Amino acid sequence: MSKKELKVSRIKNGTVIDHIPAGRAMEVLRILKITGKEGFMVLIAMNVYSKKLKGKKDIIKIEGKFLSDKETAAISLVAPTATINIIKDGEVKEKKGVKAPTLVEGILKCPNPVCVSRIERENISSKFIKVSENPLTYKCVYCGTRIEESDIPKYLNM
Amino acid sequence: MRDFVDITEIDRNIIEHLFEMSDMIINRHMHIRKNNILDGKNIILAFFEPSTRTRLSFEIAVKRLGADALTVVGEEAVSLSKGESFGDTLRMFDILGDLLVLRHKYDGAAKYAAEMVKIPVINAGDGKNQHPTQAIIDLYTVYKRLGQIDGLNYAVVGDLRYARTAHSFLLALTHFEPKNVYLVSPPQLKPSESLIAELRERGLQFYLSENLEEVIDMVDVIYVTRIQKERFPDPEEYEKVKGSYRLTYEMIKNRKDIIVLHPLPRVDELDTRIDNTQAAAYFDQVRNAVPVRMSVVAWSAGVEL
Ligand SMILES: [Zn+2]
Repeated sequence: MSKKELKVSRIKNGTVIDHIPAGRAMEVLRILKITGKEGFMVLIAMNVYSKKLKGKKDIIKIEGKFLSDKETAAISLVAPTATINIIKDGEVKEKKGVKAPTLVEGILKCPNPVCVSRIERENISSKFIKVSENPLTYKCVYCGTRIEESDIPKYLNM
Repeated sequence: MRDFVDITEIDRNIIEHLFEMSDMIINRHMHIRKNNILDGKNIILAFFEPSTRTRLSFEIAVKRLGADALTVVGEEAVSLSKGESFGDTLRMFDILGDLLVLRHKYDGAAKYAAEMVKIPVINAGDGKNQHPTQAIIDLYTVYKRLGQIDGLNYAVVGDLRYARTAHSFLLALTHFEPKNVYLVSPPQLKPSESLIAELRERGLQFYLSENLEEVIDMVDVIYVTRIQKERFPDPEEYEKVKGSYRLTYEMIKNRKDIIVLHPLPRVDELDTRIDNTQAAAYFDQVRNAVPVRMSVVAWSAGVEL
């Protein structure tokens, strides 16, 4: 990417989600419920070379959007390497990595259809604990069913 | 006061303490007369899913300890919660009872109940997940028969996917140091990936097999579970596999040292000709059920014998 192009793709106020594992940008957009019809500027770069990841990465820049804690937690599950930059007045105000939380509540849906957390009328918030960092793996606190990193997008319940 | 819902959270020292309590109960004949250890306590036995054996032995255990057993079963329990959420039903139990024994068809129901209520919760079977008191009964039976749990070779046979008794037994074994554990099942009823990962993480030395005859000469304990026809979409498939997971008299008749466990009820996976041999330990399991459940209830209620 040349310097000039970079300038074009700068946002003034919003969020830059960098170092997304290549190919997962769409999952991140899905979490943020961004379809492109919202009207704000969204820049998406896919399969960009990353020195930090020693390979390809995806980048998303969203004008006028700041992430909630729940959105950040969900992003950490599908893009554990992501860094989040908060941009205010064209400047990076804050830069932080995401960390997949030890306990995830209400974000993942248990794959086990007869898990107590799946009884609809009970409104029980699902609860998962992290049992492995690499590959990222979570375990349902109630029934012990595990979700591995590659299946996490399938069970995100946003 | 302590919950007894997940066998992975019941450490070896607690299990051994429960063994000591059970020994004491048996030696003092406490399981065949009424005691006043839990005098005046209301213990709610909520069986949202029918069960005769487990309910009966819990009821006897509770009564022998001197507590009042308030039993809510099957249809009654279901209609109780008609229009009412499970959560609200639990809140009512919490107010009226001193301890809750819960059987439920959903996996994780007991853990959820334990989060919801302040009184101790004992898991009497949650879906296909766990049946931790049965696991203690099973291990206690092994311990009484063979004098140890460590260092032995085990085969767990049958439905390893849906049988909560098998799950709990395997998870309970991870607190000990068994030599080798053979998991014998048809491919359709293999343990779930989640259970395999859990057992591996907990350091259990285990091997998967599809053939009982292949492992039988290597084991000291055979734990047989029932393979239910309903688990097979194709009845022919069931007929094809069931023979391979049936334990016959011929298979064990020359084995003086082997013991056979079964959580019962059985259908035809366990040859009735084994009943009168030294190997049959499944009636011991039934016999041990009341003293062990007395121990668990007393432990949960926070009283010493
Ligand atoms: Zn679950």
